[in-house]
Amino acid sequence: MADPEIKSYEPHHESQSAAVTESLPVRLLLMAVAFAFLVIFVLLPLIIVFHEALAKGLGAYTESLSNPDTRSAIRLTLLVAAIAVPLNVVFGISAAWAIAKFEFKGKAFLTTLIDLPFSVSPVISGLVYVLLFGAQGLLGEWLKAHGIQILFAVPGIVLATVFVTFPFVARELIPLMQEQGNGDEEAALSLGANGWQTFWYVTLPNVKWGLLYGVLLCNARSMGEFGAVSVVSGHIRGLTNTMPLHVEILYNEYNAVGAFAVASLLAGLALVTLVLKTLLEMRYGAEIAATRGH
Amino acid sequence: MTIAPAKAGWRFRQPSVIPGFGLTLGFSLAYLTLIILIPLSGLVWRSAALGWTDFFAIATDRRTLNALEISFGAAFIAAAVNVVFGTLVAWVLVRYRFPGRRIVDAMVDLPFALPTAVAGIALTTLYAPNGWIGHLLAPLGIKVAYTPLGIVVALVFIGLPFVVRTVQPIMEEIDKEVEEAAATLGANRFQIITRILFPGLAPAIITGFSLAFARGVGEYGSVIFIAGNLPYKSEIAPLLIVIRLEEYNYPAATAIAALMLLLSFVMLLIVNLAQSWSRKRYG
Repeated sequence: MADPEIKSYEPHHESQSAAVTESLPVRLLLMAVAFAFLVIFVLLPLIIVFHEALAKGLGAYTESLSNPDTRSAIRLTLLVAAIAVPLNVVFGISAAWAIAKFEFKGKAFLTTLIDLPFSVSPVISGLVYVLLFGAQGLLGEWLKAHGIQILFAVPGIVLATVFVTFPFVARELIPLMQEQGNGDEEAALSLGANGWQTFWYVTLPNVKWGLLYGVLLCNARSMGEFGAVSVVSGHIRGLTNTMPLHVEILYNEYNAVGAFAVASLLAGLALVTLVLKTLLEMRYGAEIAATRGH
Repeated sequence: MTIAPAKAGWRFRQPSVIPGFGLTLGFSLAYLTLIILIPLSGLVWRSAALGWTDFFAIATDRRTLNALEISFGAAFIAAAVNVVFGTLVAWVLVRYRFPGRRIVDAMVDLPFALPTAVAGIALTTLYAPNGWIGHLLAPLGIKVAYTPLGIVVALVFIGLPFVVRTVQPIMEEIDKEVEEAAATLGANRFQIITRILFPGLAPAIITGFSLAFARGVGEYGSVIFIAGNLPYKSEIAPLLIVIRLEEYNYPAATAIAALMLLLSFVMLLIVNLAQSWSRKRYG
């Protein structure tokens, strides 16, 4: 048996012995290099977005944001996220339930397939839909005959967005629900709850913070996706331009203030996402799956 | 004598009292098939329909080869840079205590959260000859924006969190007592780092490298603004796919895409082999 007296003795992080840390000058040097790297590669790009957006004053900034094309790009981005995120939430919950609560053959393979969109270039994610729905595509003739427009229209943009954001919720929920096991659900069922009640009153409250975490990342990516959407959108101003695509158009027209004004909204979204994400990790770190990275 | 347990027949799933297996698995498979599998197999089918000669002609086209070389080369260099600096950042975050550590930690995730197009125009403005960083480098004769170096810069930005977030949790788990033991046995700090710490971190570093590399190969949004996009010189493979699509040259776009997927798959295989080698070597 371990002696409690000995067990309670643990070296503190703050008071490290010289043998297991670097000397002060080395420590300061390493920190300086790390900070310089982060400032140059992460902080400056963020700062310059707001700097350029406000380069000609607040008036020019608000004016470029009230442009009708910009307004419609904002509306489209919100609409696409409002469709794509709930779809992937339903899928994520359903896939996590099947994978985490049951043992079945081919589970590992299914989990790998769910992660597939992360290893595909966004451009290829868009291309596959062009090959399917385009004029020369497999379903192109049929769609044309029935007057259904998918490519260069909202449905195509939604599909491409769903593709690239596909794994976010599922990969957050699967490890979390696996970690939590089936005990709570089995107890609820044995007490007479039906399957739906078990999910709604037992499972969902257990995973709510992990779910929110996944939704947060899924939403950030779906509002910010560029490559996949760019391939399927057709870049029709006021109609099929999302915010990131509008940033590109304005930038290529040498409208720096306009481009950076729209970019500043997206950067603001990124900042809000980061703050919420950090808060979730601080408060509910234990209730969010340990695996992160995307 | 031991009694062997009754042999269970093959079953697709283990019995469970929890309901909803058929519904959730069925829905998940249907959704996965519709959104991911059918479109992706369309790509495979279209490139197979090309025939070997056509595929080979597109694959060995000078412009295709250069684009692939630039994409894979720049992604490799950027991932290597991120291994060095990402590991350093992770080290500073895990081992040192300083005010604002949580903010610095959160900052690492910015490249995940910032839309790639925004990163692209921001980096281009910074590194343009008259930009904040560009004007400092110009007198030294270093051009970043509109050159292949710009591609590397964009991919370093994109790949940073992959390395930090893969290495950081493993670093946190390292048992300090092993380091203390090594120190009491007379190892100096350098020996501890190279003999004790690095072997434990190697698999995570390789994983971080491969994630950053894979992301860099496919990256489009942040690169196209800063690259200059000169054919044969600074044109990345995803951009060439877009260009071929805009020319309605579907076969070429499909072939390049299939080639990229194939090369990424081979890279993944190599990384997995390196992974198991490092486990055997250091594990």
